[in-house]
Amino acid sequence: MLLIPCPWCGPRDEIEFGCGGEAHIARPENPDELSDEAWADYLFNRANPKGPFAERWVHSHGCRRWFNVVRDTATNEILAVYEMGAPRPEIGSPPVLASPDESGTTSDGESL
Amino acid sequence: MALRLSASRYSIGSLIRNAFGYHEGWQRAWRAPEPKERYQVIVIGGGGHGLATAYYLAKEHGITDVAVLEKGWLGGGNTGRNTTIIRSNYLWDESAAIYEKALQLYEGLSQELNFNIMLSQRGVLNLAHNLHDLREISRRVNAIRLNGIDSEILSPEEIKEMVPILNTSPNARYPVLGGSLQRRGGVARHDAVAWGLARAADARGVDIIQNCEVTGILREGGKVTGVETSRGTIMAEKIGIVVAGHSSVLADMAGFRMPVESHPLQALVSEPIKPILDSVIMSGTVHVYVSQSDRGELVMGAGIDSHNGYSQRGSLPVVEHMVAAAMELFPIFSRLRMMRQWGGIVDTCPDASPIIGTTPVDNLFINCGWGTGGFKATPGSGWVFAHTIARGEPHPLNAPFSLERFTAGKIIDEHGAAGVAH
Repeated sequence: MLLIPCPWCGPRDEIEFGCGGEAHIARPENPDELSDEAWADYLFNRANPKGPFAERWVHSHGCRRWFNVVRDTATNEILAVYEMGAPRPEIGSPPVLASPDESGTTSDGESL
Repeated sequence: MALRLSASRYSIGSLIRNAFGYHEGWQRAWRAPEPKERYQVIVIGGGGHGLATAYYLAKEHGITDVAVLEKGWLGGGNTGRNTTIIRSNYLWDESAAIYEKALQLYEGLSQELNFNIMLSQRGVLNLAHNLHDLREISRRVNAIRLNGIDSEILSPEEIKEMVPILNTSPNARYPVLGGSLQRRGGVARHDAVAWGLARAADARGVDIIQNCEVTGILREGGKVTGVETSRGTIMAEKIGIVVAGHSSVLADMAGFRMPVESHPLQALVSEPIKPILDSVIMSGTVHVYVSQSDRGELVMGAGIDSHNGYSQRGSLPVVEHMVAAAMELFPIFSRLRMMRQWGGIVDTCPDASPIIGTTPVDNLFINCGWGTGGFKATPGSGWVFAHTIARGEPHPLNAPFSLERFTAGKIIDEHGAAGVAH
């Protein structure tokens, strides 16, 4: 059971959340020009490490906002929480909660 | 080799002979050899699929210079953690062909291996709870029968007669409106499948090396040459990766990306009770599958955790959901205590179908992506993978399941059959 620290609502049980899979996958800007291999890589191939992994979560039964988490997939330890669009923090640092986004948007150009 | 086979053959005679020796004379079922410096073929992963691969390499292709490298103990991963259900009622032709091959191999496996895998073809019943389910099982049953595989539709009355303890009240929250039954489906003893295959492979000369974790994959000029392991470097002409949940970890070592994600899948068993359920009941809608083991325990499972994980534990909400579904179908189970719960790490593919074939690295082959339903495929998976390794190209049965299908767009969408229930 995960206790996920939502940047806006604080730590909550994982049943309040939905998992959006690997973070930082940007939709290619020029899909028409991509080779089949590059398109398949974007659509299907995923990092699946045993260890720290950057993934997206949405607080479906809370603030309904998306955010990123670095979690160790072997131990389930949550190593960092940060906003959508922010770069992935250094692995191994203790959880740092992002400050509330004052503009109220989480739009950052990433596909959700 | 023939001598060793006959000397250690299990039979009523050997049982009586050993009874006279107070059963102290039984020999170990397979050797524990030191790894050699070089093999013709290395199979990474000593689960059912890896052991079946080694067995069929020796039996069907005459390749006996084979090592199976297992980081833990034989069958200690998903082979020993599944709910032991076997069936071949898959929608698409490609899936039907490979799962039916596996079922047919299972049907002769106890005799062939001289090891009782306790195959019990007690029937697998998939329930329909709404109009959509009913239409879907009609479509499936028709597709399955067109592929020559047994499948039939049961009415609620027939289901009530077959499974009296099932809640078939029309007032149920999820009423049972019908079901599809594969009578040849059932269960087998999962440990026995691993042990029987290991013993038979060992008897044909395969080295089974346990406590030997692969830590690196050696390559030279785009070609695989060997592996680094916790017990030293071992060279090989060809290598097959059959490691289920850790497939991406091994692919990383070999330098290619995979469309695979690893998730915990949980199962649990109840305290043992007298025989009460003599078939396998599955419901994709309320989401649980239940059977009763020979020891009397109810064995049940459901879905995967939504997030990636390698922890072999899984989350409590998934268990709560599964047990709630079981209560919905079988109110009589409500006071049973659950004894044990565990998780295995399953490797899921975007189309819920496996990947069995070549990789971007020459002479390196991979068999993975069985996701939540690999146990039922064990002998068929090993049979086609042995062919793929021996010939360097896939058998027609596994050619559609290539890694390239994601690039070509020829995905085999089995989410309805394999992604939900297994």
